[in-house]
Amino acid sequence: MSEDVLFQLKNVSKNFVKGKEKISIFDDLNMTIDRGDFVAIMGPSGSGKTTLLNMLGGVDQPSGGEVWFDGTRIDSLSEGALTRWRAENIGFIFQFYNLMPMLNAQRNVELPLMLTKLSKAQRRKNVETALALVGLSDRAKHMSSEMSGGQQQRVAIARAIVSDPKLILCDEPTGDLDRATADEILEMLQLLNRDHGKTIVMVTHDPAAAKYAKRTLHLDKGQFVQREIVA
Amino acid sequence: MGSLIAQIVSVTLMNLGSLRRRLWMSLAMVLASAVVVAILLAFLAMAKGFEETMRGAGSSQIAILMREGSSTELNSVILQDQVNLIGESAGVARDANGPLVSPELYVIVDGIKKSSGTEANIPLRGLNKTGMDMRTNMQLVEGRMFTPGTNEMVVGAGVLREFNGFEIGKEVRFGKNLWKVVGVFSTGGNIFESELWADIKTIQSHYNRGNSYQSIRTKLQNDSDIKPLQDSIEREPRLNLEVQTEQEYFASQGKQLQYIATFGWIISAVMALGALAGALNTMYTSVADRAKEIATLRALGFSNFSAFCGTIAEAMVLAVTGGLLGSLAAFVFFDGLNTSTLGGSFTQVVFSFEMSPDLFLQGAILALAIGFVSGFFPAWRAARMPVIVAFRHAA
Ligand SMILES: Nc1ncnc2c1ncn2[C@@H]1O[C@H](COP(=O)(O)OP(=O)(O)OP(=O)(O)O)[C@@H](O)[C@H]1O
Ligand SMILES: [Mg+2]
Repeated sequence: MSEDVLFQLKNVSKNFVKGKEKISIFDDLNMTIDRGDFVAIMGPSGSGKTTLLNMLGGVDQPSGGEVWFDGTRIDSLSEGALTRWRAENIGFIFQFYNLMPMLNAQRNVELPLMLTKLSKAQRRKNVETALALVGLSDRAKHMSSEMSGGQQQRVAIARAIVSDPKLILCDEPTGDLDRATADEILEMLQLLNRDHGKTIVMVTHDPAAAKYAKRTLHLDKGQFVQREIVA
Repeated sequence: MGSLIAQIVSVTLMNLGSLRRRLWMSLAMVLASAVVVAILLAFLAMAKGFEETMRGAGSSQIAILMREGSSTELNSVILQDQVNLIGESAGVARDANGPLVSPELYVIVDGIKKSSGTEANIPLRGLNKTGMDMRTNMQLVEGRMFTPGTNEMVVGAGVLREFNGFEIGKEVRFGKNLWKVVGVFSTGGNIFESELWADIKTIQSHYNRGNSYQSIRTKLQNDSDIKPLQDSIEREPRLNLEVQTEQEYFASQGKQLQYIATFGWIISAVMALGALAGALNTMYTSVADRAKEIATLRALGFSNFSAFCGTIAEAMVLAVTGGLLGSLAAFVFFDGLNTSTLGGSFTQVVFSFEMSPDLFLQGAILALAIGFVSGFFPAWRAARMPVIVAFRHAA
C-alpha cells in the first residue's frame, strides 16, 4: 500500500437478508482513495451509495472482503473500537444536517470535542475557529430552528471538521438545498479539500455538485462503471 | 477514558433538553411516580405515628399486671385480695401512705367522631389518686380533677380533639348514667390522651363490677426491675398474674400496626407496577423520538454506553422528580395529621401521622427503583440503536 493511500476496499461484498430473500448490493467491490482526494460518488437510487459511505464510515459492516484505513483493517474492529475510530478519524455531513435541536450552533459544533481530552477553553477556541471557517461566527448562539437550511449545513460542516478528522464523509450534503446555497456549501467543501488538505468522499445525485470534486465514481448494479473522469 | 463522564453528562443534558417535545408523557410519568411515593409515605407515616404514640405511653418505672393469658386490659379480671397481695410483694415502691399500687378498671363507651360522624369506642378508665400520681407526665390543661364518689370525669386532649361533645361543662350519657366533664388532661401526646378518666369506685358501681378490676399498675422500687415482683407472683398460687413493664406492654401494642407499613409497601408495589407500565411506555417513546439524535451522536463517536446512561438518567430524573413531589405532598397533607384508629383494646387511639427522614429515604428508594426499571429496557434499545438510522431519508 502506497504512503498516499488513505482508504482501500478489497473484494468487498454486501448483502441484506430480507425474509427469505438475499439482496446483494455489492459483490467484489474494489476501490482506493488517496489522501487529499475529493471523490464524488454518483449512481441511480438504490445503487448502494449510502451503503458504501456507511461502510467507509464504520457505521455499517461489509458482508465480505476487507476495509483498510490508514494501515488499519476496520471491518474487523469491535463496536467500541470502531466508535472510537470514528470519533478520531471521520467527520460526517448528513443530507438533513442532523443538528441537535436543543443545542445552539456553538454547542452543536462542540459535540465531537466532548470525546477528546481538550480543556473547556481549548474546546471553545476550536469551536470559534471552525465557526469562523464556515462564516458563522455571528450565529454561535443561534438554535437550529432559527437558521436556514444552508446555515444549518454550515454548522454541520463546522461540526465535521472541528476535531480535525482525516476524512469527511457527506451523504447528499446539498440534497435539501437550493442551487445557490448548494454552491456555497460545495465551494466550502472544495476549500476544505484544497486549502486544508481534507480528504472528502461525497455521495450526490447532482452532476453539478459532482463537478466540485476531483473525480467522480459511478456506481451501478454493484460495480463502478467506467465513466471515471479525472478532473 | 476521561471523556466518558463528559459524554454521559452531555448526552443526559441533551435528553433533558428534548423533554419539551414529550412534555405530557413525561409529566404523566412524574405524576405516576409522585402518587405511588405519596401513598407509600402516607402508610409509613401512619405506622410510624402510631408506634411513636404507643411507645411514648410506657414508663419503665411502672409495671402493669393483668390476668395470665390476657394480652390486653379489656379481657383481664383482677380481684381485691389479689390487689392486696401485690401491695405486700417485693419490688414494689412505697411512700408514707403505703405501697404505690393502682388498681384500674377499663370499660368501653361510645363517642361520635368529628371527622366521620360515626360512633367509635372510647376507653373510660377508672382509677384512684395513686394511679393519677403515677402518670408523671399527666397535666391538667383545663378545668379541675374529678371529685371521687361523683359522676365527674376528665377527658384526654385527644378525645376532645377527635370526638364531639366532650368540652368542659358538657354532660355526656353513657348507658343509664349521666357524666359531667370537669377537666381536660394531656399526657404529652401519648395513648392515655385517647381516654376518659373517672373515679374507680363510681365506675365499679355503675358497671356492676363489685370489687373487681382489670389491671394493676405499680411503681417499681428499681427502674425496669420486675424480677422481684415476678418471683413473688410465682411463689404465690393465688396470684395468676402476668407482669411486664408498661414500656414493654405498649411497645408490643405499637408493633401491632407494623402491618400497616407492610401493607403500605404491598399497595405501593402493586401501584408501582402500574406506574411502571406507563413509565416504560414513556421511555420507549422517548427513545423512538430521539432515534435520529442517538444515531447521530453514535456516528460522531459517542459510545453506546453513553446512550444507555443518558436514557436511564432521563428516567431517573423523571421518577425522582415525581418522588420528590410525592414526598412533598405527603409531608404537606399528612405530617402531623391527627387521626384515630382501633388500638390494642378495640378502642380508638388518637395519634398523628409522623414523617421522618427515614421515611423519605424509603420513598426515594421506591422512586429510584421505578426510574431504573422503567429506564433499563428502553436504554438497552437506545444503546443498540443502529447508527445508520442517522442517514435515513426522513427529516
Ligand atoms: N438495512 C437494510 N435492509 C435491507 N435492505 C437495505 C437496507 N439498507 C439498504 N438496503 C437496500 O440496499 C439498496 C441500496 O441502498 P442505499 O441506501 O445504499 O442506496 P442509495 O444509492 O443510497 O440510494 P438513494 O440514492 O435513494 O439514497 C437498496 O435497494 C436498499 O433498499
Ligand atoms: Mg442514499
